[in-house]
Amino acid sequence: MLTTPTLDYNLLAPILIVLGGALLGVLVEGFVGRAYRARIQIIIALLTTAIAFCWVISIHNLISQAAAVDSVSIDGGGLFMQGAVLALAFVALLFFTQDDHFAPQASALPGSEEEAAAVLAGVQMTEIYPLVLFAISGMLLFPVAHDLITLFVALEVLSIPLYIITGLARRRRLLSQEAALKYFLLGAYSSAFFLFGGALVYGFSGSLSLATIRAAAIVPGANHIFLLLGIILMSVGLLFKVGAVPFHSWTPDVYQGAPTAVTGFMAACTKVAAFGAMFRIFIVGFAAVQNDWRPVFVAISIVTMAGGAIAAISQRDVKRTLAYSSITHAGFLMAGIIALSKAGLTSMMFYLVAYGFATIGAFGIVTLVRDSTGEVNDLNRWAGLAKKSPGVATAFALFLLSFGGIPLTAGFIAKFSIFTAAYASGNIAIVVVGVLSSAIALFFYLRVILIMFFKEPTDDTVTVAVPSFLVTSGITICFVITLVLGVYPNLLFNLANTMTTLVP
Amino acid sequence: MNLLTLTIVLPLLGVLGLAAAPKENTHVIKLIALGSSVITLVSSLLMLTKYKFGVQGFQLVSSHSWFKLFNINYAVGIDGLALVLILLTTVLVPIVVVGGWNEAENGRWSVKTFYMLILVLETFMVGVFAATDVFLFYVIFEAMLVPVYFLIGGYGRGDRAAAALKFLLYSLFGGLLMLAAVIGLFVISIKQGPGSFDVTALSHLKISHNTQDWLFLGFFIAFAIKAPLFPFHTWLPGAAKSATPGTSILVLGVLDKVGTYGMIRFCLALFPEATKTFAPYIIVLSLISIIYGAFLAIGQKDLNSLIAFTSISHFGFIVLGIFAMTSQGLTGATLYMVNHGFSTAALFLVGGWMIERRKSTQVEDFGGLQRITPVMAWSFFIAGMSALALPGLSSFVSEFLVLIGTFTRYPLAAIIGTTGIVLAALYILILVQRTLHGPLQPGNEDTPDLNWREKIALAPVIVALVLLGFYPKPAIHVINPATSQIMAAVQVTDPTPMAGK
Repeated sequence: MLTTPTLDYNLLAPILIVLGGALLGVLVEGFVGRAYRARIQIIIALLTTAIAFCWVISIHNLISQAAAVDSVSIDGGGLFMQGAVLALAFVALLFFTQDDHFAPQASALPGSEEEAAAVLAGVQMTEIYPLVLFAISGMLLFPVAHDLITLFVALEVLSIPLYIITGLARRRRLLSQEAALKYFLLGAYSSAFFLFGGALVYGFSGSLSLATIRAAAIVPGANHIFLLLGIILMSVGLLFKVGAVPFHSWTPDVYQGAPTAVTGFMAACTKVAAFGAMFRIFIVGFAAVQNDWRPVFVAISIVTMAGGAIAAISQRDVKRTLAYSSITHAGFLMAGIIALSKAGLTSMMFYLVAYGFATIGAFGIVTLVRDSTGEVNDLNRWAGLAKKSPGVATAFALFLLSFGGIPLTAGFIAKFSIFTAAYASGNIAIVVVGVLSSAIALFFYLRVILIMFFKEPTDDTVTVAVPSFLVTSGITICFVITLVLGVYPNLLFNLANTMTTLVP
Repeated sequence: MNLLTLTIVLPLLGVLGLAAAPKENTHVIKLIALGSSVITLVSSLLMLTKYKFGVQGFQLVSSHSWFKLFNINYAVGIDGLALVLILLTTVLVPIVVVGGWNEAENGRWSVKTFYMLILVLETFMVGVFAATDVFLFYVIFEAMLVPVYFLIGGYGRGDRAAAALKFLLYSLFGGLLMLAAVIGLFVISIKQGPGSFDVTALSHLKISHNTQDWLFLGFFIAFAIKAPLFPFHTWLPGAAKSATPGTSILVLGVLDKVGTYGMIRFCLALFPEATKTFAPYIIVLSLISIIYGAFLAIGQKDLNSLIAFTSISHFGFIVLGIFAMTSQGLTGATLYMVNHGFSTAALFLVGGWMIERRKSTQVEDFGGLQRITPVMAWSFFIAGMSALALPGLSSFVSEFLVLIGTFTRYPLAAIIGTTGIVLAALYILILVQRTLHGPLQPGNEDTPDLNWREKIALAPVIVALVLLGFYPKPAIHVINPATSQIMAAVQVTDPTPMAGK
């Protein structure tokens, strides 16, 4: 006798809506004429994320363990991450709408006649939008997944579309394709690690569910060797996704090669999803053996903070600089997990949102600085940008100051709260290394500001493209949120503080 | 609205006014900036009518919840220490506006941006002295660097971008160390009751000796960079060389006082045990600052860096007075902060006008100005005399108090410190002789004397220097209650006099 599983569609709706939007997008690719495709795809993508976001808000105080037969847990912590992913994705999508980000035809070889013909015909890769929606659906599932199989499925659903869209840059296509291949190969390895680790954990506990794993780990006298091996291997997969040292080597290449709008999306949203999932796995599943994995995480957090900051100093490419900066931030964010407390989760949530909007805004501005061949990523050619376009330079400076954690920006509150959580949990070493890495990191943030504001323009070919309405509003949203959360953090922090429930 | 909060907010209203003003009409912009800084001055003077003299503790307090989860408040209040420094700020800003009427014209950006930055800075400067919440203090302490960064980098001279970056990096580095200490302090306060950032509540915490040492260092290094104390001073000469005279006055006259103010308000009051541990070492550093700064000042060829190095020497005196931990020393140090503000302002104002006329910052390019421009020369002379602490001018009183206060506890340090006075006479008199006397240097023949605007800007500074020199009692009367409160917090008493032994 087979009973059909009961699914709580109300609680799963955000994920399903985004998946539905993605499928609709696929149909549009097949059946709608080329002339209208782009416009319709944009509308579908934006509407889908907006509706899903509203849905998350409407269910934000519900808690359920059985939304999908124990494998998805809906709770405050998970829903906050879902909401953050959707809000960030919505703003990131606004930057996708510039029509010249993506290769006209992915199948045409770079420099080939087919490519030239496609450019001439004005073809656009509108498949981007359904692919992004698929990635978002994976990101929504990842932080709420409650068993190892669901976690793995979500990880793959969010990763595979990202591998593809990384390779779709319109300009410097070889670099983009190389980045995609690197990302795919390393990502595949890290997924394999994650899967193997999951298998070992299953071998230890006899169950895939995080709750049962925890119960098995608590049993006194249990032999933890397989559990610990499993945790190590799973951590490799997760730390790869957030770009922590020593699993970070893909980050600069991929951030640089991917179309810039995609980089912003990837940097912000993937971090939210991965840190959300990590927190759940480690606090719900592995908290019993925290004495074993916490020191390792402390070490990784320290080398990530310091390593990212030091490596960024010598960078000359704005996208690579931001990539190393994102590595440093991954180190700061890990402090939230290591704190292993409610305060740690709250400040991590705030940090993810603050960092996410600043990142999307910063990469959004990178898409605007151009010469005749496309984006200009060489920092030296950004000299004197403030003179040409004071508004854009000011916005970029604000995002950088927020990354650097200067007071009255969201980044400062985020850094302050996450360090406070780490200090309160007794990890003072993280706080000390954290502030020192911040000081190093400030050097390159300030150098970029110096280049933009205090250097005379040397190169007249660099211009700031006139942004469309959607792009302008995207930058404005990021700017306002970065500033408002810095001046009046209560708005988000109180919400985050009430949404720290995690179902066991 | 609380008068103190009003004083903090008024310059921001001026910023709004400036934002609405047309960019091209620089005259209107300067008048708006002057107007709002004068109104701020009036508002700060009105605080004197509400202030109860001779009373300990914070007055004109006001507190509003800002960041609830961490119990962070917008909490402001003033005691004698904060009051005199706020008055110093609000007096200096209009003087800077009038004195440097044309200094923004050759900047990278518009005159409008310059005055917006100045007024934003004024809000931060008043706010930083008024804050009684450590978090609020920290936020302003860091945020106020950003306008200065743009003021130096955008309107300065020479290698201004590098100087601005160096200034900001040094200060932020210190600030981050302080952030770690602030967090540590807060976590301790959570463990001992409801977490708080209130400076009075924090001073009642029981902190173990070892922890105190670390937290003290976090705060102290930040303040020592700001002050600037040897060996953390290396950013200052570059910044002073590149900044406009007005910016230099605000940086050296007010901003750097935040460092010494912070040492008194936070290092002494919050970590009394650690203060006693480190005081001897800090006194050694301050003596090195006094002597080293003076020697470097003697050797300087650039007028602005010369003034900057004299300041390093003077900050040595202030720190010496603070960590001598006697009531004369503390009162003298506080008074010294005010006097140094005025005397530096006078030096940079007149020096700036000389540089503006001669188009050179080199001391050797001046000479014989006494005959051509008597008023300017006399002004510079008086400013110089106040820098070497001539009796009758205000710096004398404070330097004397600092040395007496130090002598009662550390006689040797006071004796060594006294050589600083001799060296001061040397660097100032050499400077005066080279610039004002001697043969007239070619190129100076047609130098015009001070005009009315410049005389008006300088007059209040000279008046303050002379007045506080002959009659310092009102200022000391304001400062004393705050001093004795700090002494009580550190649990030290003045050593008994050694006379008659």
